[in-house]
Amino acid sequence: MEKKSLRLAYGEALVEEGKTNRDIVVLEADLGKSTMSCFFKEAYPDRYFEMGIAEQNMASTAAGLALAGKIPFYSTFAVFAVGRAYDQIRCGIAIPEANVRICGSSCGLSDFGDGKTHQSIEEANIMCTIPGMTVLNPCDAIETRKMMKAMVKHQGPVYIRINRNDLPVYTSTEDEYEIGKMYRIVEGSDVVIFATGAMVWKSVEAAAILTAEGISAEVINVSSLKPLRKEEILKYVGGKKAIVTADESTKIGGLGSAIASLIIGEVNLPFEQIGVNDEFGTSAHSYEELLVRYGLTEKDIAQAARKALTK
Amino acid sequence: MVNEVMIKELKDMALQLRCNVLEMIGVGKAGHWGGSSSLAEAIAVLYFHSMKLDKANPKGPERDRLLLSKGHAALIQYAALCELGYFPREELKKVKSLNGLLQGHPDLSVPGIEAVTGSLGQGLSLGVGMALAFRLDKKSNHVYVIMGDGEQSEGQLWEAAMAASNFKIDNLTAFLDWNKIQASGRTEEIFSIPNLDKKWSAFGWEVITVDGHDIESIIGAIEQAKRIKGKPSLIILDTIKGKCISFAENTPAYHNGIFDNAKYDQAMAELIAQKEMV
Repeated sequence: MEKKSLRLAYGEALVEEGKTNRDIVVLEADLGKSTMSCFFKEAYPDRYFEMGIAEQNMASTAAGLALAGKIPFYSTFAVFAVGRAYDQIRCGIAIPEANVRICGSSCGLSDFGDGKTHQSIEEANIMCTIPGMTVLNPCDAIETRKMMKAMVKHQGPVYIRINRNDLPVYTSTEDEYEIGKMYRIVEGSDVVIFATGAMVWKSVEAAAILTAEGISAEVINVSSLKPLRKEEILKYVGGKKAIVTADESTKIGGLGSAIASLIIGEVNLPFEQIGVNDEFGTSAHSYEELLVRYGLTEKDIAQAARKALTK
Repeated sequence: MVNEVMIKELKDMALQLRCNVLEMIGVGKAGHWGGSSSLAEAIAVLYFHSMKLDKANPKGPERDRLLLSKGHAALIQYAALCELGYFPREELKKVKSLNGLLQGHPDLSVPGIEAVTGSLGQGLSLGVGMALAFRLDKKSNHVYVIMGDGEQSEGQLWEAAMAASNFKIDNLTAFLDWNKIQASGRTEEIFSIPNLDKKWSAFGWEVITVDGHDIESIIGAIEQAKRIKGKPSLIILDTIKGKCISFAENTPAYHNGIFDNAKYDQAMAELIAQKEMV
């Protein structure tokens, strides 16, 4: 399976969208070469603002730009984009429903070497709790590109998380994309796996393992963590015997609890949640190593499905 | 042109704004009298003299922006927006009520409010963003941001101070309401930040200090600030917290104080007496 960089997709999308929409401006906090917002600087230097290592000011400045009619994208590592500027996002961006686009790069455990201070296993969950915030978690480079197009048109604030590592490309440029919709990647009948971000491909691999055992698993790409629509969930739960969720964030307030809270009382099926337990990340030599350490591999997902089906 | 009639009108307006604030606070409810009244002259000058506004359209594209970074003083801004006719006078008494228009802190639902502030330290950054947008579009809209002196301990303000200087922003004028009292006491005792003028100068700003209750000085400072190009300007308003109500002046209790019936009547009588003297 060919792998591609989501960061590159982000940087290139900024330039492409910025070509036709002159209101797009980009802010960065000294990590433009990593987030790849630096391409925009080369293309449109007058619309690129290097804000220095000052994330709070960057978030509020983006809010000011949006309130004056611009469509600002600000990017830095996810842990800082949200964690260092939570209240600035809340008061300056979310309450006034400003058209700020926040890019949390190197999200989840994907910044494997830098360890727990730079890895972010809770920022997506925090962002989902902010009223009116849209939270997007692309599964591959193609979906990233489509999300960027949708984000430019969207009214209100949006948060997008970008994985640091190249990920398999398996969605198609031909497929439609709409914020808030879920997309079926693998069709199955016994168990449905709702997955997001890097965990979608891991779930596809888990489905292959299960197929060999005679278990038919469906994989649903939940790339919009918010809005998360009940009718979308129910559409894929129908006819299944069990539910598994898989994401790379802390289980507390993560995809599993979000889905469970929407269908509790209506759906009575065995339910298993793959995610990070109540602990921080740690340094490792590779992303794959970390996924094993935190129980986020295709084997873990397949085991969760088996467990749910035997309940 | 500054003339005596205009000065007199603005003095009168500053007192009218204070009357509006007192009316909003009313009897038996806590309200931010202190930091609202210290700003009355500056707000009167900005909204009724210096700022470019379209009174018929609070969202007119050519309008200047005023952000109250010290959002707890929203009452003085509401007082002015009401005088501009941006919302009905009846709303004043409904401030901070469930069915009222006027929120406890600045909110975009109120015509004339340009940003959400009140969580301290954020207003200058918001203003920097707006100033950058106007500069990018080659628009002449000017941005004014009012900060508190207690608020100066917020680190983000200094990030914004560096950014404004770095980007050579000169379509923004900041104000510092130096009223020397914050929520829990005198600023010097709570968290002393000496030499504010020198600090802002060191951050690359042009700093002008004026008597914050003298209309002519405020007008002059704003005009002086707007003539300075290639760097941002700060006007330090040397003010008296609670100004114009004798028992509330320089009194920390009136940062967010309550007026009983007798105090309210006395306060309103004092304001009206001063208004008649203008």
